[in-house]
This record gives sequence, C-alpha cells and structure tokens, in this order.
Amino acid sequence: MQKNRPFRWIALFAACLFAVSSPLAQAQARKNFNVCWTIYAGWVPWGYIDTSGIIGKWGKKYGINIRVTQINDVGEALNQYTAGKFDACTMTNMDALIVPVAGGVDTTALIAGSYSDGGDGVVVKGKGKTLKDLKGMNVYLPELTVSHYLLARGLETVGLRERDIKVVNTSDADLVAAYATGNVRAVVAWNPQLMALKSRPDTMEIFSSRQIPGEIIDIMVANTRVLKDNPALGKALTGAWYETMALMKAGNVDALEAMAKSSGTNLAGYRAQLENTRLFHNPQDNLAFITSPDLVKTMRRVAQFSFEKGLLGEGAKNAEAIGMAFPGGVVLGDKKRILFRVDDTFVRMAIRGAL
Amino acid sequence: MRFVNRHPGSGSRLLLMLLPFILFLAVYFFGSATRLAQNPDDKLLPSAAQMADAIDRVAFTEDRRSGEYILWSDTAASLVRLGAGLGIAACAGLALGVVTGVFPFLRAGISPFLAVVSMIPPLAILPILFIVFGLDELSKVALIVIGVTPVLARDLEQRAREIPRELLVKAQTLGANSWTLVLRVMLPQLCARLLVSLRLMLGSAWLFLISAEAISATAGLGYRIFLVRRYLAMDTILPYVAWITLLAWLMDFLLRQISRRCFPWSEGALT
Repeated sequence: MQKNRPFRWIALFAACLFAVSSPLAQAQARKNFNVCWTIYAGWVPWGYIDTSGIIGKWGKKYGINIRVTQINDVGEALNQYTAGKFDACTMTNMDALIVPVAGGVDTTALIAGSYSDGGDGVVVKGKGKTLKDLKGMNVYLPELTVSHYLLARGLETVGLRERDIKVVNTSDADLVAAYATGNVRAVVAWNPQLMALKSRPDTMEIFSSRQIPGEIIDIMVANTRVLKDNPALGKALTGAWYETMALMKAGNVDALEAMAKSSGTNLAGYRAQLENTRLFHNPQDNLAFITSPDLVKTMRRVAQFSFEKGLLGEGAKNAEAIGMAFPGGVVLGDKKRILFRVDDTFVRMAIRGAL
Repeated sequence: MRFVNRHPGSGSRLLLMLLPFILFLAVYFFGSATRLAQNPDDKLLPSAAQMADAIDRVAFTEDRRSGEYILWSDTAASLVRLGAGLGIAACAGLALGVVTGVFPFLRAGISPFLAVVSMIPPLAILPILFIVFGLDELSKVALIVIGVTPVLARDLEQRAREIPRELLVKAQTLGANSWTLVLRVMLPQLCARLLVSLRLMLGSAWLFLISAEAISATAGLGYRIFLVRRYLAMDTILPYVAWITLLAWLMDFLLRQISRRCFPWSEGALT
C-alpha cells in the first residue's frame, strides 16, 4: 500500500499547480461575466441594478449572463479585480491608476458615473480653524487613498507641504472611533463616515472635495481585453446604468429606497449623501465630462501624486511612465505603454439610443 | 516491521524535513512564473528577483521621504511594542496565576472573573480601548496585554493547582509560612511553566500587535503590510511575512534556551 504514496503526492502537487494556474485560462468571447461593486453613494445603484433585475434584462438582450457581487472591503475589491477574478468593478480614478493599472492590467473606464462633490473632507476640532492650522499637527487618515490625495491638494492651496504635518495611517472603519479620543484633532474621511464626523459638536470642515470638483471620480472600470473581445458586456452595463439613472432622476421612490437601505441609511440620509456626490443623470452630461480637457489635467495631477508616493511601480521613472488614452485621441504619458483608457464609445451609443 | 516502529535515518530525516518546504516553494514559483509570463507587471505572485529588489529597497536603501531604513525602523517599532506588551503580560499573568493558584480566598474572588474576561475578544472592543488608552503606543501595548494576560494567568493557575499537594504539606511541615511557600515552592515551578506558556502565546501576541498596527500607526511591521496592501505590493508583503516568521521563531528559540539554562529540570527544557 505504501507504494501508492509518492503518486498521491504527485497527484496532489499537480492539483495544486492546476489550481494556481487555472484562473489564467484565456478570455475570448464568453457568456458569463463577473462584476463587483463596493459601498459608496455613487455606486449603490449597482446593487439596485442587480436586485431589481435590470441587469438580467440587459444581459438577456445581448445574450450574456452578468453576475453582480458586492464586496465589503474596497481594497479587496481592487485586488480581486486586478487578480482577474472580476471582469469589471467600481473604483475611483486614483485607485484604478495605482492598483490594476500600475499592476499591468489594461483597464478601461467604462462609466464615469459620478464625482465627489463634498463627499470627502478634512475635519478638525475647534472653531474658526483653517487649513493653515494643520501645520505641525497629527492628521489621521487612510494613507495612499483619495483622502490622502485630498489633503495634499488642500495643503497645496495654502502653501503647506506634507512634511509640515504628520500623517497617521488609520483604517477608514475606525476613523469615527479615533476622532472620539482626546488627542486626535484632525482627520480626513469620506462618506458616510464624514457625515457622522461633521455632526459632532465643536467640529468644522476646513476643506472638502467641493473645492476640487471632478478630481475624485467614481468609475465602473472593465478589463480592456475582456471588453474588446466582448463588447456586449460594455453595452449591457452601460444600458443598465442609464436606465437606472433615469429612474433616479425621476425620483423613483422604490429605487431610491432600495439604494438607501443598501447603504445603511434611510431615504433622507441617502439623499443627503447624494448632495455630496455629483451623479451624471444622462449620458450627454457624462460625455461632456469625459471629453473635457479638465479630465486630462486631473489625471496628470493624480499620476503625479501617485508617482511621488511611489505608487506607479518601481519601474516608473516619472509620472509619465504609464500611458493614458482619452476620447479624441488625446494621450497622456507613455504612448507605447497605454494601460488606462477613458472610452466614450458606449456613452455615445447611449446618446444615439443604439443600446 | 510495523510502520509505527520504523524510524527514519539521519539522511532521510533531513530529506523529509526539507520536502514540504521544497514542494511549497516549487508550487509558489511555478504559479508566479506562469502569471508573470502572462503579464510581466503582475503583482500577486512576485518572482524571487522582484522580492530581492523589494528587500533591497526596504532594508538597505534610505527612504526618500523619511531618510530611514524602513525595514529596520518598522522592526524596532514593532519589537518595542511586542516586548513591552509581553513583558507586562508575563509579570501580571505570573502574579495573578500565583495568587489564584495558592490562596483559595483570592481564587474564589478572581478566578471566575478571569475566566469570563479571557473570553472577551479584545479586537471587538477596540473603540473602547482607543478612548481609554488613546491612539498612540499605549493602546497597542494595552491590546497585547489585554489579549495575553488572562490566558497566561489561567494557565498558570491550573499549573499551580497541579503541583502535588504533598510538596506543599512537606514545605509546611518544614516550617514554611504562606510567603515562603510562594517564594520557594510555587514561584520556581510557575516561572518554568511561564516560559512554556509564553512560547505558546507568541502567535497570539503577534496577531494582536499586527491588528493594532493595522488600525492606526506611523511605523511597524503590521503598519507597512496593511499600507502596501492597498496597492497589492506583494513583493514587499511576502518578505515582511517571512521576516515576521523568522523573528517569531527566534523569540521561541530564545525562550527555549532560557528554559534550558534556568530550569533544566522542567518539561519546558525538553520540547
């Protein structure tokens, strides 16, 4: 009986190798797709798109099957998308740049659905404070996220640099509890934590994304290769999104209530969050946003910030190391190494009613 | 010969010891090579060369921003926290273990409470710990102390009660009072056991340390891992994990050597 043992080991070894390498099976034209989203005011419509059956309807129209999954941790969603477990996922423009794109995954911004318009903010204890008062203080925030970017942009406006303050890395889930302790005097947070912080006594917001509109963008991205092989995925997702946007614009209470519930608040709470999130309700506004030269300027800024923090990968010699393509043939950075694409094909189809 | 009675020779023992490590590395590097062949920028399973680059960067190159050698400053920060936490927990655990193990009156008062407290998952009450201990070094040390002490104390109490009754009777016959009994009989026995318990608790202590550093910090091994996890820098994370494993193993080794040196008669010296 002992003779079998080595073979069993070899079989197990082979099985392990197979398990490790199998996710790499090549994607060609396919029928089944996986899409993920995480909790944020601008992304909860994806939850409704899934549960209301809108996605099923659009999938059927193009003969494909789209499975939508909610992931609790933003970082985990990014990693899973980058590792190839999902074909499309929600993320901010900065996250897309520093995780999948810096990781060599050619990524297309399919729907730039909204941007933060006050949904991220710098909050301090006290009265009559300004950004200048941050000098020499400990600022608590999740490092290397859009909060960090927001703070850097804010400090820039008053001539301060990051070395003038001390950044203490704090998990976003623990920011509210951290703020309750005596020696924490300044934090940077996003919604819904930001709302909870602003409602505390003796607290004021000294800078917010409202002062840098259009720079923190909430996007549904898709793997460029998968999208190229399967335009049906892009069509179905775009169609489902604008159908839902129309419902939201019309104030459909069913839809809004479902979204409020999935973001852990009530209708009034969700409406308050939406006030700080500029959603594009129709494809025309969206097209104007993604074809504006401001977007190129924003991405240059974000790339510069990410490069300074060492987030574009060790091979990156400067902020232009990664190529980014925009509608109308505009290219930023290395033309030979385009890994991030803002695509207007599907938005234009939505405008033409061709979906 | 029956399988239970067959022992490997020194050569095959070495081979058997190395085999799982070799298999493990082979599976890893095969997976890594396959992924990198598909996408040279893949970050999930970095190659040995990429990890060597990352080690060079964190251990032997000055950080552009702070001018520090990141790996060493992280290690120093973490070891200070871990040392303080384990040191305090060991003293408190020993004291509680001795008094509950020796004095029935104190045992009646403290032991049931400890049994309940040791079941509270410290990570679940973090917000309270923040408010009591602040967000600085103290709360990180406190998390280790709160997590480790009750378990140590309960283990030592149990060990104290396992000491043969005859030994205590004999000491009293020879004229020992409560104090000398504690000092001359219980303490030496329990100190030996304390080292064994500490070795077993090392894993938990690291777990608490890394959790505390993940939540709020400016340096530390756990801080770095959770920070670079945001952009999937596995080329930095994996060497850090290997380094933590090595440090933990060295601490275990050190405690075993202390056991051997100070308590050669105890079971802790054997294992």
